[in-house]
Amino acid sequence: MLRESHSIVPPDPKLDTIQRIGLSVLGIGLVLFLLALFEQEIATGSWVFYTMLFGIVAGGITYSLRTHLKRPPGIHNNNLVKNTFTAVGAGGWLLGIIITGFYTAYYFFYQESALTKAGTEYRPSITQIFDPLSQLLRNSNADIWFVYGACYTIAVLIMGIKALAKYRHSKYQIVRTCSIMFCQFGFAFIVPSIMERLNQPYFLPNYFWPLEYKALMPDKVETLLSSGKSMAGFVFGWGIIMTLVATPLLTYYFGKRWYCSWVCGCGGLANTAGDSFRQLSNKSRTAWKIERIMIYSILIFVIIMTAMVWMDAWWGTLGGASLPVRKVYGFLIGATFSGVIGVGFYPLLGSRVWCRFGCPMAAVLGMIQKFKSRFRITTNGAQCISCGNCSTYCEMGIDVRWYAQRGQDIKRASCVGCGICSAVCPRGVLSLENGPTEQREEYTMDLLGSAKARKLEKK
Amino acid sequence: MQPIIIIGNGIAGVTAAREVRKLDSQVPILIISGETDYHFSRTALMYIFMGHMKFKHTQPYEDHFWKENKLDLKRAWVEKIDHHSNSIILQGGEKLGYSHLILAVGSTPNKFGWPGQDLPGVQGLYSKQDLDELEKNAVGAKHAVIAGGGLIGIEMAEMLITRGIGVSFLVREKNFWGSVIPEEEAMMIEDHIHEHHVDLRMGDELDSIHAGDDGKVSHIVTKAGEKIECSIVGLTAGVRPNIDWIKEGSEVETDRGILVDNHFRTNLPNVWSIGDCAQLRTPPKGRRPIEAVWYVGKLQGAFVAANICGDPQDYNPGIWWNSAKFFDIEYQTYGTVMPDPQDGEKTFFWKAPDKHITIRINYRENDLAVTGVNVFGIRHRHQVWEKWLSDEAKITDVLSQLAGANFDPEFFNQYEDEIIAHWNHDNSEQVTKTVGKGLFSTLLTKINLFKAN
Repeated sequence: MLRESHSIVPPDPKLDTIQRIGLSVLGIGLVLFLLALFEQEIATGSWVFYTMLFGIVAGGITYSLRTHLKRPPGIHNNNLVKNTFTAVGAGGWLLGIIITGFYTAYYFFYQESALTKAGTEYRPSITQIFDPLSQLLRNSNADIWFVYGACYTIAVLIMGIKALAKYRHSKYQIVRTCSIMFCQFGFAFIVPSIMERLNQPYFLPNYFWPLEYKALMPDKVETLLSSGKSMAGFVFGWGIIMTLVATPLLTYYFGKRWYCSWVCGCGGLANTAGDSFRQLSNKSRTAWKIERIMIYSILIFVIIMTAMVWMDAWWGTLGGASLPVRKVYGFLIGATFSGVIGVGFYPLLGSRVWCRFGCPMAAVLGMIQKFKSRFRITTNGAQCISCGNCSTYCEMGIDVRWYAQRGQDIKRASCVGCGICSAVCPRGVLSLENGPTEQREEYTMDLLGSAKARKLEKK
Repeated sequence: MQPIIIIGNGIAGVTAAREVRKLDSQVPILIISGETDYHFSRTALMYIFMGHMKFKHTQPYEDHFWKENKLDLKRAWVEKIDHHSNSIILQGGEKLGYSHLILAVGSTPNKFGWPGQDLPGVQGLYSKQDLDELEKNAVGAKHAVIAGGGLIGIEMAEMLITRGIGVSFLVREKNFWGSVIPEEEAMMIEDHIHEHHVDLRMGDELDSIHAGDDGKVSHIVTKAGEKIECSIVGLTAGVRPNIDWIKEGSEVETDRGILVDNHFRTNLPNVWSIGDCAQLRTPPKGRRPIEAVWYVGKLQGAFVAANICGDPQDYNPGIWWNSAKFFDIEYQTYGTVMPDPQDGEKTFFWKAPDKHITIRINYRENDLAVTGVNVFGIRHRHQVWEKWLSDEAKITDVLSQLAGANFDPEFFNQYEDEIIAHWNHDNSEQVTKTVGKGLFSTLLTKINLFKAN
């Protein structure tokens, strides 16, 4: 048998030349971005935008592909729990503080400070350098939220390519990663831009109440429906149908994953840019308790807030009391938790902090998944060796091993169905499956019990 | 009331403790280990070294679990067993009384008297201490030699490669793991080892290990006479029961391991033994007296617990099964597949062209009953194969329903059509596919997969 010849020098675990080149080119792109962000004069003209875009895209992709393609396909989370950036070392803290600081500044201060600096006509440099892209897509100049959406989308796409390379041995991961990249790029970025270009209402097809609570706020609905734009009715109807029909139906058939790890942009960023931080989620029973208290509290909060706003709008019953409640929700949950903490804390608490502890959409999907769904993670007989890879790499902090080593199927409300537990399992114990609901009762493989049963059969 | 003392906090000892607790909520239980404070998954040691997990991650239970279940833990090495006074003596002299004593003391790496086998830098890989030693030995290491082509050997190769340390892998057999797997599978694994840039040397053996001026290992010489420079030598030629101290410090009867009956009793009253270190005097049909395997330890832990708690159970482990991962290739086996078919047995083998995916089903020639399966690169359902093997299903029925056993994730390529076509090409009794994959498969409904108890 003729065999392929292979070098006996193993791949360099440290950064090699190609990775360094990739990071350098990425660095050039990021420096241009930061210069613009900090209002430096250098950053004007479309060449800046294209150089920046090229640096980030080409550099990011070069680094990503080289990092994963230098080893054969398979799970190689080498050094992830030791690396300073991915194991809450100095690098992780630095990264966490920088991202959190960036988000805080961008969400709460950026626009205002930029405006007061040079009068109302002034546009921040960062928006100016994104003008070429904005003009192309929307036929208008960029604003800071267009810039934010573009950066978010670029992050999902580049880090999505990294995820595709990393998990190239798993077709489930390939299909799922393509889906989140497509949904972010198409639904969350291109569709709203095109709608604006066509002078149609703002439309984010992959967000709806209760995550996108504004979709059901009376003033927004009124503005939308009285706008006279031809697609206003469609946009409103889409939101209602997604919340009331698609959510329960799809969750019944496929579990929470149809949304959280296939469609949602928050999940999209978590499963691409956040993938290297998934092991940081806390697996303790205490964390699970805190999770349940927080996520359902926030769900109740958003329901009460929505109800109050409607009561005020329709009957004026609350005398405007809903206004501060809505403001508090918007500030604390909508901006601080989902944005600043949700992404800023990736390197400290893992990539799904918002999805796990905060998102009201996840709470609704989770309840349906827990009580009325065909979805579960099945475990394969008694094959578990309790190694702990599944629990370690569960981004939602589920102690998957607890169930797997008992031979028990897993139907936890928080499971987003990312499928990584199944991918990292070295013994083929876990699989995400949809099946008849009547077979979904808790099932434990009692080792001695089944041995006893055998003994009785033989007699 | 004296406690049940379990020596060893590996999977066998801890399963015994948990199962006793399920049967008896009051009896005091004490687990003693000199290795670690808490139970951890030995099979996961490699992932700690590779940086996939921290040591903490390999502990299957949170620390509060032990207290809540009234399982007392003690970190100590045991020196002697004084069965006359029903007590054990720890290093340092402390004496502890027991009502029952379970010896679950595991294995230790084999050493075959190679010159230089005790030099610094030469080691096996079994315990947490071995892992700590490897961490030290790996600092600044450029090249390692691994001697012995079993599961631990290939794991050690994978571990060292992740640090950029070159590995020469000496395997005595003609085929990799040739005492367990057939040639076709072994060839595929060998190819895959090459793909991971390991200098694999089949049919070669360690002859002697030599030290440099610093007293540490500097090179080895193979049986073929070749000198290989290295600073680490991994001895991975299997394991043996870790019973040297028991031979010296007790009257427990031993052979290669601690001799036990099929209730896991040793020769001494109220002293039991399970797991890697136990040697069955009369093993069940088709099983070996010592099976140093995770799953066996877990199973024996459950049996000994029942026997101690007054529910006598003859050891009946059911069908053999095992699993492993060779770098990126997953392996599962159910039933018995020897390297060559046994008398009256035939073998059906299929390999996906250019992929690391194979399936081999052995069956009896006269009635076509399946006797065992090896799958590489496809995940199969444990319960389905357990059912097929215990029912002695015909291979033709098994093949027609093969998709029902498929446990691969969604969207993965399925090969059942190719496998069946391969059978039909070589055999007169033709097979057609009758069931599909997944939980809606009629096969799973038929065998009541979810109502086992």
